[in-house]
Amino acid sequence: MSSKSKPLLTSSLGKKLIMSLTGLFLCSFLLVHLIGNLQLFKDDEGYAFNNYAYFMTHFTPIKVVSYLLYASIIIHAVYALILTMKNKAARPIGYDKGSGNVNSKWNSRNMGILGTIVLVFLATHMQNFWFQYKFGTTPYVEYHTELATGNREIIASDNIPSNYDGYKTYVNNGVETIQTKDLYKQVAYTFQNPFIVLFYVIAMAALAFHLIHGFQSAFQTLGFNHRRYIGFIKGLGIWVFGVLVPLAFAAMPLYFYFKSL
Amino acid sequence: MNLTLKVWRQKNDKAKGQFVTIQAKDIADDMSFLEMLDIVNDDLTRKGEDPIYFDHDCREGICGMCSLVINGRPHGPMEGTTTCQLHMRSFHDGQTIVIEPWRAAAFPVLKDLAVDRTAFDRIQQAGGYVNVNTGGVPDANVIPIPKRIADEAFESATCIGCGACVAACKNASAMLFVSAKVSQFALLPQGQTERYERAQAMVDQMDAEGFGNCTNTGACEAECPVGIKLTNIARLNREYLGAKIFRQEDVHN
Amino acid sequence: MLDSKVPAGPLAEKWSKHKFNMKLVNPANKRKFTIIVVGTGLAGASAAASLAELGYNVKTFCYQDSPRRAHSIAAQGGINSAKNYQNDGDSVFRLFYDTIKGGDYRAREANVYRLAEVSVNIIDQCVAQGVPFAREYGGLLDNRSFGGAQVSRTFYARGQTGQQLLLGAYSALNRQIQKGKVQSYTRHEMLDIVKIDGHARGVITRDMVTGKIESHEGHAVLLCTGGYGNVFFLSTNAMGCNVTAAWRAHKRGAFFANPCYTQIHPTCIPVTGDHQSKLTLMSESLRNDGRVWVPKTQEMAERVRKGELKPVDIKEDDRDYFLERKYPSFGNLVPRDVASRNAKEAVDDGRGVGKTGFAVYLDFKDAIARLGEDSVRAKYGNLFDMYHKITDENPYKQPMRIYPAVHYTMGGVWVDYNLMTTVPGLYALGEANFSDHGANRLGASALMQGLSDGYFVIPYTVGDYLAGLGNFNPVDKNHPAFEQTRKEVEDNINKLLALRGSKTVDDIHKELGHIMWEYCGMARTAEGLTKAKGMIQELKKEFWSNASVLGQNEELNMSLEKAGRVADFIELGELMVDDALNRSESCGGHFRLESQTEEGEAKRDDENFTYVSAWEYTGENQPEVLHKEELVFENVKLTQRSYK
Repeated sequence: MSSKSKPLLTSSLGKKLIMSLTGLFLCSFLLVHLIGNLQLFKDDEGYAFNNYAYFMTHFTPIKVVSYLLYASIIIHAVYALILTMKNKAARPIGYDKGSGNVNSKWNSRNMGILGTIVLVFLATHMQNFWFQYKFGTTPYVEYHTELATGNREIIASDNIPSNYDGYKTYVNNGVETIQTKDLYKQVAYTFQNPFIVLFYVIAMAALAFHLIHGFQSAFQTLGFNHRRYIGFIKGLGIWVFGVLVPLAFAAMPLYFYFKSL
Repeated sequence: MNLTLKVWRQKNDKAKGQFVTIQAKDIADDMSFLEMLDIVNDDLTRKGEDPIYFDHDCREGICGMCSLVINGRPHGPMEGTTTCQLHMRSFHDGQTIVIEPWRAAAFPVLKDLAVDRTAFDRIQQAGGYVNVNTGGVPDANVIPIPKRIADEAFESATCIGCGACVAACKNASAMLFVSAKVSQFALLPQGQTERYERAQAMVDQMDAEGFGNCTNTGACEAECPVGIKLTNIARLNREYLGAKIFRQEDVHN
Repeated sequence: MLDSKVPAGPLAEKWSKHKFNMKLVNPANKRKFTIIVVGTGLAGASAAASLAELGYNVKTFCYQDSPRRAHSIAAQGGINSAKNYQNDGDSVFRLFYDTIKGGDYRAREANVYRLAEVSVNIIDQCVAQGVPFAREYGGLLDNRSFGGAQVSRTFYARGQTGQQLLLGAYSALNRQIQKGKVQSYTRHEMLDIVKIDGHARGVITRDMVTGKIESHEGHAVLLCTGGYGNVFFLSTNAMGCNVTAAWRAHKRGAFFANPCYTQIHPTCIPVTGDHQSKLTLMSESLRNDGRVWVPKTQEMAERVRKGELKPVDIKEDDRDYFLERKYPSFGNLVPRDVASRNAKEAVDDGRGVGKTGFAVYLDFKDAIARLGEDSVRAKYGNLFDMYHKITDENPYKQPMRIYPAVHYTMGGVWVDYNLMTTVPGLYALGEANFSDHGANRLGASALMQGLSDGYFVIPYTVGDYLAGLGNFNPVDKNHPAFEQTRKEVEDNINKLLALRGSKTVDDIHKELGHIMWEYCGMARTAEGLTKAKGMIQELKKEFWSNASVLGQNEELNMSLEKAGRVADFIELGELMVDDALNRSESCGGHFRLESQTEEGEAKRDDENFTYVSAWEYTGENQPEVLHKEELVFENVKLTQRSYK
């Protein structure tokens, strides 16, 4: 047998290991992101959601994780591209007649297309919210909450006042004041546009099919395939990541759209 | 029955190939697919035309020599069957059948429907064996092997090396083939001494041959004529990653 | 008189004494020798690997695209070994005795004893290589009784023992290829032997992809090229199996022994029509539970053939379970040749079944009733599935149709005890030689012989020959013999390529097959054989005047490959007929109608035929000369087989 084998990351299996690990990390992010975003459904004029948004963008450990997340997305996409190019090169002349869905599922063969839709979605999504929140213009809101009674007074405007110098929270005379960019309203505004809503829903469908294959595939690549638990992994992939998560995400734009009508 | 064949014809490995339409007449149900091609070839020969070259040998489904992608499916439409064991009753009168060679950069076409599968041999040469010489081995019953393990190793060992997995895979990946051999030895006690080196050596050779990457579509398993399972690929992944991450050794240096 | 070089001394000590007496080649000198191995089945792959391990340089050749595809792969049943793991009274001597008796006393005692002796090592070797033999729940190896043997000595790997053993030998071969000790040439066909000063010193091969005619030099040449069953066109052999290597060696001076000994296997799937290209064997283990029958009357059989009557509708009283009727004690488990011949008799009597009438029933109705369908499925499921796939008939619901088919050839290149042919430096191993099975081979013994020759015999005997050469000089590549032989090969190819007649090579091969099956098949007569000889001679003329061979040499050329093989088969066919005609006794697979007992059983003539017929080629269209090797039986008593 050969005396020295190639380094892990230059091998096909090493590259797939990277796909698998980044993919699973992104899956875990999806869950966290979903749970956080469920606060959009709270009927509190965005109080909880806006506080959450500030926390997520300014708490250092979360920030570190978010950089990891960006890196994962890029690495996942770049390696997908590298692997796909190698795969194309492995069959220079294709078949005249394809086998259709007889021996494999459509989504498993088209992870690249599905992934690309998700990637385009991510860019749009970041532009719609993250970029606007950080560098663009968003509405503004002030929450005055009487701590003793819980009564809340809200002062909102479509533009950020010129004297706004960042998120502030303080308590004065038993009244908690929070001044913040109103990402919640930004969400509500954005999802009044039916085209954006439609695009989000399509992207979530793509995500669903991507994950139905991707989640269990990641475990297969790691070598986890045993009859004792493979059913659980596949079930998790289909029902949680393929159905529940994308449905819940897709419900958000639809919720705001129908609310706006 | 009468059939229209759309067959890939290619003079040699350097020439450009193309599809040629040939009529197959008076084909009986109980002919095998290759016997149908024999008859077509007989006709061609009588007309002084070059017969269609295809690989075949045992015609019992065990040697792994026959190939052919038939209407988009390696070894044709019948599951768990090699082309030589496929019978014409799987087709109907007037049908058009597209016959293509295995398509993979690692399997160059030699002529018509025959491809060069020596890449598989080279992968086996890289590590698909136990390092024992003839003679001087212990009695066969010295090592008891649990029946369950022996049976599982046997299931992996039944791979006939036909290459249908590569042909079926959209990426022309050879993972199922490689994993079957790695699994056999990973399971058996005889294979333990070189277990991790073997996985690394065989994967290296597989990559060097220009096969694609496994994306776990499962097409290989669905088309494998002898039912090699995807669990073999998972085991190869475990063996290889385990070797790389925890046990990378270069003992032969 | 031929010298078999069997060493003197008691049977049980011959091989160990001989191993001691043989000369050795110093390890440092082994690398100065090159050995050519033609064929990479069990015998070839195991020989090549073992010799390379010893330090010799080895070149292997096979016509397939990989050494792993040699037809050893198709053996289903198992491999015998005198391990006596079952404590049922087996021993080396018993295996020896059974093999000699099974071979109807026409094999060489010393060779067979050695085979039984090393059979024990084979299993150890294969297990060490990782061959996944069947095991019992305790983790030890499982055995079964096979082919009517009274002890359980057969090791097996489900129905794919040949495949697993070959993959084991192939893995050992791969290891040596990786080490650079073996050079493997695939898609190469050996077309001639090169002789220098009477010794085999190389081969001429054709690269089947490019058509290049190549010379390869070596100090010894091993023919591990299998049997010649395809002379019958239809057989259970692979499509590519051929006699060319052995036949060309024969023409260069290697005697051909007992060519008429062919084994016809009773449980094959019947022919469906003229398009049939090969026959598929089903393991004879089926006869353990299946009952063989045909309708009692010709009228009824006729209605079955026409499809008017279904076999399940035939009443018990109207069925003739002919094996059980004629052989009450062995019943359906009589040896292969007896079962085959009786099936043929039933068919000749007009009571054959199936559309063509060339079949008898193998019925599992009673087994299913007795054991339940699930038990039958557990035992024979894969065979039933295979049958169902090929015939589109469900054997759980209606009886299987079976018919005998050519399966193995006991005859082959004559070799001495060292496996050397009559050409010094030229060896024959496995099915290609004649040595161990006499006139009939027992089940699960072919794999044993191939591996015994390759792993445990040839590594010793080749060394003896090479050490005896007295020098370590490389073979002279520029010797005119290479150029001369190469030219003859090229001329022969050009002669074939010039054939532009009206018949395809397959047409002629089929005609040859019909002649051989009809006159030199399961039952032979002097009259029929004489007729066949004339027909074959006519066919040979027809081939060289009216065959059509297309294309050029410089390409993958199916037509040319077949033509060369069929030309050799025709010549071999004639020799088989000569041999069958000469041997006017019946023995094993060779049944002469003139020589049978009153009950219609094979009757040997020990007084006149206790010898090996070894034929010497004397020239194109010249009669071959018969040499005899007397068979001496010092350890067994010759008896008439009886399965009543």
